[in-house]
Amino acid sequence: MAEKTKKKSFYIAVWKRLKKNKLAMIGLSILIIMLTIAVFADIIADYDTLAIKQNINIRLEGVSKEHWFGTDSYGRDIFARIVHGSRISLIIGIFAVSIPLVIGGLIGAIAGYFGGLLDNILMRLMDMLLAIPAILLAIAIVAALGPGMINLLIALSIAGIPGYARIVKSSVITIKDLEFVEAAEAIGAGTTRILIRHILPNILGPVIVQATLGIASTIINAAALSFIGLGIQPPKPEWGSMLSEGREYIRQAPHLITFTGIAIVLTVLSLNLIGDGLRDALDPRLKD
Amino acid sequence: MSQTLLNIKNLYVNYETDEETVRALNGVNLKLNKGEMLGLVGETGAGKTTTALSILKLLPKDIGIITNGQIEFDGKDLTKLKEAELRNIRGERISMIFQDPMTSLNPVLTVGEQIAEVIELHKTLDKKQIESKVNEMLELVGIPAKRKKEFPHQFSGGMKQRVIIAMALSCDPELLIADEPTTALDVTIQAQVLNMMEELKHKLNTAMLLITHDLGVVAQICDKVAIMYAGEIIESGTAEDIFEAKEHHPYTVGLFGSIPNLIEKTNRLKPILGLMPDPTDLPQGCKFHPRCPQCMEICRKVHPDDRQTETHTIKCHLYK
Repeated sequence: MAEKTKKKSFYIAVWKRLKKNKLAMIGLSILIIMLTIAVFADIIADYDTLAIKQNINIRLEGVSKEHWFGTDSYGRDIFARIVHGSRISLIIGIFAVSIPLVIGGLIGAIAGYFGGLLDNILMRLMDMLLAIPAILLAIAIVAALGPGMINLLIALSIAGIPGYARIVKSSVITIKDLEFVEAAEAIGAGTTRILIRHILPNILGPVIVQATLGIASTIINAAALSFIGLGIQPPKPEWGSMLSEGREYIRQAPHLITFTGIAIVLTVLSLNLIGDGLRDALDPRLKD
Repeated sequence: MSQTLLNIKNLYVNYETDEETVRALNGVNLKLNKGEMLGLVGETGAGKTTTALSILKLLPKDIGIITNGQIEFDGKDLTKLKEAELRNIRGERISMIFQDPMTSLNPVLTVGEQIAEVIELHKTLDKKQIESKVNEMLELVGIPAKRKKEFPHQFSGGMKQRVIIAMALSCDPELLIADEPTTALDVTIQAQVLNMMEELKHKLNTAMLLITHDLGVVAQICDKVAIMYAGEIIESGTAEDIFEAKEHHPYTVGLFGSIPNLIEKTNRLKPILGLMPDPTDLPQGCKFHPRCPQCMEICRKVHPDDRQTETHTIKCHLYK
């Protein structure tokens, strides 16, 4: 009981601090709007008739009452496609960050805490992954596994692991030699407990920032893969592939890329604002 | 005669790195009875902290190695215990206060949570009981219980040290090791913390091993004193033996001589000349002989044995 109220009060305190941060609140509202749109996509715009169905008569139309954001080169409603595309982009963004975050974080924490030979083996493996540019690695993996949503997720996840491993490792190294970790050992705490309760909360700051930035870059990487035909397959609407399609018509119909671009920018921006705000709110030392 | 709680016998500890071997402890003998307070005094690098860390087996992994000797705690040899058994002793039966209160607390957990953790680890109490124990411990060290929800950075240095003492005492340990608990604090706070520790000693009947280089502190609160030099206890005895007896190890004499005296007028302090020997390359014979004003021929060759008179032990060739 007491534990519960204590936990609650901690999160309430974090929330209160986050609420004071106006930029984070703006980011959070944008993200909530995006999530709502993604969840209720089917109600907002019909998938089959508006987002997929091609209609050559109304191709490349500008902004109008019927088509709020205009239509693309196949006569599909861009608003509907952005709405449905938000589902794919957000799912990719969230999963392709949380999976490598957990795996990479674990590797980094183990390497950083135990050090020695284990650290060398794990981190050299990570360096090997890191030596290949993330996008190239993802391309290679998707090319081997074949295109599709799941394979895209796997590819982006593997490409993301070394980055998180390195960040977590370097943070763990700086924390583990501080006296309070020794003090925790001196009160009889075991390794797992020290890692989870004493070290993890202390490295949350940089990890959260990296993760929110990571969602943004992952959405862009997914878009890049879709662009070269290795990601989400057409006619499924995906922001990246829509952007690359629109690129061809940038002179005649700039609205094609404008609205899609705005959607990506808003999502990425909202995540970055939230990440910054969370970092400040979670760190009790920065509290006034 | 009260019961022996801690008995360190002939303890040798080396720090072994690729380049060199540092001989940190060279045959330490130390005895502490239940409820007693022992002051361990010595220069920086004499091996005081190493002694403390080896009791809890918290020497740096793979580097700090106990090469010989026994650490008997309540009849059990700590050097032979497994890690899991040691974990049960750490914090519950032996706890430690670290030197720097600024870094010994986890900055992202509230002080209440940190005190609660020790209790959680060692006692089977429900949440409510733990809460009330945390309150009790905080009140004991003179901090209002309502401040338990605050984070370490909201406390001053002295208050942090109190929190650490509260943590260390919350499982009613039989032995409390305090590694220079007052060096990071200013003088007024030092006095507060020391008075509190002395009070607690009487209240809880905890044995304490107080590591310090402040002889004033030792004179104020310790029952027994041991003086360390280059990884050895060179003189030990009751506080009266050390402060009032006529015969002393020349190093102890030097140590007292380096304290400014209020009565005599002096323009300069009298330090012990020379430096601590390099622990990677210790001198033969008595380790103090290169700095000793009363060095004899035998001191250069033969390592002196303890000379015991009742409670007072001196390791020097001067006394036979």
